[in-house]
Amino acid sequence: MAGFEPGSLPDLLPLYYRRLFPYGPYGRWLSYGGVVKNYFQRREFSFTLRDDIYVRYQSFNSPQELEKEMQKMNPYKIDVGAVYSHRPSQRNTVHMGAFQAQEKELVFDIDMTDYDDVRRCCSSAEICSKCWTLMTIAIRVIDRALVEDFGVKHRLWVYSGRRGVHCWVCDDSVRKWSCAMRTAAVEYLTLVKGGSETVKKVNLTDPIHPFISHSLSLVEPYFEDYALVGQDILGSSESWEKVVALVPEYILRLLLREFPKKHDSVQRWELLKKKMEKCKPSHAESEIMLQYCFPRLDINVSRGVNHLLKSPFSVHPKTGRVSVPIDLRKLDQFDPLEEDGEKENETEPEPKRRTRDYRKTSLAPYVRVFEQFVEEMDKSRKGELLKKSDLQGDF
Amino acid sequence: MEFSREKRLKARLAGDRRGDLYPHSLQFYLQPPTENISLAEFENFAIDRLKLLKVVENLGVSYVKGSDEYKSRLEREIRKLKFPFRALVEDDYDARRKDHISHFILRLAYCQSEDLRRWFIQQEMDLFRYRFNELNGDLVEKFLKYVNLSYGAISKEVKEKLAVQLLNSTPGLSGAKVEELEFYKVPLQDAMDLFRVRRVYLLNAFAYVPQTDIVAIVLNNFRTKLSKALALTARSLPAVQSDERLQPLLNHLSHSYVGPDYTIQKNIGKISLEHIDALSVKSFPLCMRQLHKALRDNHHLRHGGRMQYGLFLKGIGLTLEQALQFWKSEFIKGKVDADKFDKGYAYSIRHNYGKEGKRTDYTPFSCMKIILSNPPSPGDYHGCPFRHSDPELLKQKLQSYKIPPTGITQILELVKGMHYQLACQKYFQLTQDVDDIGFSLNHPNQYFAESQKLLSGGREVKKEPSEPESSQQKLSSQKSTNSCSIPISSNTEADTELEGLDAYFTED
Repeated sequence: MAGFEPGSLPDLLPLYYRRLFPYGPYGRWLSYGGVVKNYFQRREFSFTLRDDIYVRYQSFNSPQELEKEMQKMNPYKIDVGAVYSHRPSQRNTVHMGAFQAQEKELVFDIDMTDYDDVRRCCSSAEICSKCWTLMTIAIRVIDRALVEDFGVKHRLWVYSGRRGVHCWVCDDSVRKWSCAMRTAAVEYLTLVKGGSETVKKVNLTDPIHPFISHSLSLVEPYFEDYALVGQDILGSSESWEKVVALVPEYILRLLLREFPKKHDSVQRWELLKKKMEKCKPSHAESEIMLQYCFPRLDINVSRGVNHLLKSPFSVHPKTGRVSVPIDLRKLDQFDPLEEDGEKENETEPEPKRRTRDYRKTSLAPYVRVFEQFVEEMDKSRKGELLKKSDLQGDF
Repeated sequence: MEFSREKRLKARLAGDRRGDLYPHSLQFYLQPPTENISLAEFENFAIDRLKLLKVVENLGVSYVKGSDEYKSRLEREIRKLKFPFRALVEDDYDARRKDHISHFILRLAYCQSEDLRRWFIQQEMDLFRYRFNELNGDLVEKFLKYVNLSYGAISKEVKEKLAVQLLNSTPGLSGAKVEELEFYKVPLQDAMDLFRVRRVYLLNAFAYVPQTDIVAIVLNNFRTKLSKALALTARSLPAVQSDERLQPLLNHLSHSYVGPDYTIQKNIGKISLEHIDALSVKSFPLCMRQLHKALRDNHHLRHGGRMQYGLFLKGIGLTLEQALQFWKSEFIKGKVDADKFDKGYAYSIRHNYGKEGKRTDYTPFSCMKIILSNPPSPGDYHGCPFRHSDPELLKQKLQSYKIPPTGITQILELVKGMHYQLACQKYFQLTQDVDDIGFSLNHPNQYFAESQKLLSGGREVKKEPSEPESSQQKLSSQKSTNSCSIPISSNTEADTELEGLDAYFTED
């Protein structure tokens, strides 16, 4: 997708917002069935307009009003914030202190930049097919924990448009979580700790908590292809020295001696594993896998109830790529670079009918994932209502 | 027949109602008491609970919480102060009622600032934890049900299925223990403190908590509720404070000292002025030693120092005549001439002895008062050196007084943990050369009296043979930001008012 011109945004965005943005399911999502009064109306949106003009505390009386505004303003970026105690656009009419953020989805932001110390192919905002595996692993690990440990039923994974992924957890109870609960959840999910000053970022002690052992079993199948072949982490002395710094002292010296005699990363890893077998209390082998592959979350994104995060289906102004939902059933096949940018969509022929254009474009499969997600929530809500009315004896 | 049935019903209700009100020896204090009580009972209950909480604080710093030593001492205090400790309500009703009412009274006094709230919550939590851990057998489940924290224990079959996961997620447990202990299925939100550090097994939005950790969950709940309640109480405080009977009482509670007031000088006239210098080294607490030295060096003390030191001297037995002579002799060596002294300073000394103005016989300041009120400014020498001195300067001073280095380190550790009175106790031990101070230090005059007792051989110096050294005093370097951090009262007017009230609160 090299060759996207940010300068073309003013021309492409109006087309995108007129023909492609899936307003229908989007509005249904954020209305959450209309169960809670004025839930959509009290939601904060923020728009980033051209020339970096940033407008916060936008709120709308209906999804249709949101649609009109988006088509009028053609924002470069749209963020979704919290549901407040009052309509954000009217916050100035409320007593100071009374205007409070009340609910929001639990969100996660996993950014490839946070892995720069352990990936060799790219750095900073660049991504390639080799290091994208890190995102695949991250999604697998976090998603399993969300579903199996936290009992989450409704979550949406989204490609951020540039260098990472976001997760939106939408269960009713989770949207009400306090700041403390969100922080606790991130802490539970964190294994890689320490900044540039820390060499060994993962430290495991017995007993190994099921969260860790489950996560390891998800990382392991990817490790050889990703780390040993793709990243070639034991390919040269410069890189294997970093790995070997994570094993116990006496093994370290032995490996430094033996590694040059081996031919490639795969062989060297085998050697390391064999030597580690004899140091049973140490978990260095697992620690290495985790330090090189385990998800790294940005706690600041998840912690605040009022934190704003880029909306699904928002365009990334620097890449022209749309923030699309990821189909978990086809996770391993997802390729962010294949993902259609604005440019392609714009060249689709203008159909006769304006409505539901997105179904005919390359955006369609992503919209389908999103629609399924919204439908699941609708179904689940109906089920809850039925259960409640059964209990109350309503007929 | 209706008639007699009614009578029987009524009789049963009257008896049962007491049990319904306090079915358990501990509670979450969710409902405030609604009966009428006398002001006397109001004060007595409040003071007793305050005494209890202070013991809780003290024991928590001196002993490992939950150790046998800690538990036996705390139980002793609870019995002494007539708080609940029995399982059956019939025997315990009055104690439970007292527990209930006194808690709510103290809320009024301790909701007023962040520091006060933190202190109160910390002690109430420690007390609650002790009492919860004393519940045996099915009383735990009954209590949990009563406070709507009825977590169900998982069945044997489920436990067997999850045995490996439970073993691996709960640190400190062996396979045998997992089999033996009950595991409770707790909703995610209630187990936050446990799952954030992965100390518990999570499955499908539930945490599987062993009964040994259930107390953490209950405490979490208790703290959340109490914290919210204190915030609410603070908002209704103006209404309470407008009641003139209560305002001074409540104000005083959060600053109060509850012990002998040293107004009754048993040793009056027994101190001679020639001995004061020697006494200041041998038997004065550090604060008074510091004031005395400053007076000797500068031939002057400012008002705060004159009050604190002057009243202390009164407490140790200096007569009014001696006091006048003492202060005058120093002041005229300085810049004050005899005339000026007689006109100004003498008047306030007589005032302190109750011979002028209101004729209130002022009481010497307690440690709490010295620590909390009227902090010293540059040029002042009053206050508590452990609280108000820069630690480096304190260290130098202690070195100059030939305190051994290990002792100094221990003192500084206590100071860092904000345990000022404990630091002074340590100072007592080191200067009086005893292993166990033998009392809980609350008042400078108490320090003096105890030191004099030792020197005159009126007290057993050696430690009790039954208590081994190691368990005696646990000098914890644990970060206890709550125990002694009580805010400074900035209201000096109220202070003079309080002087009279001190008598109100003393023990017989």
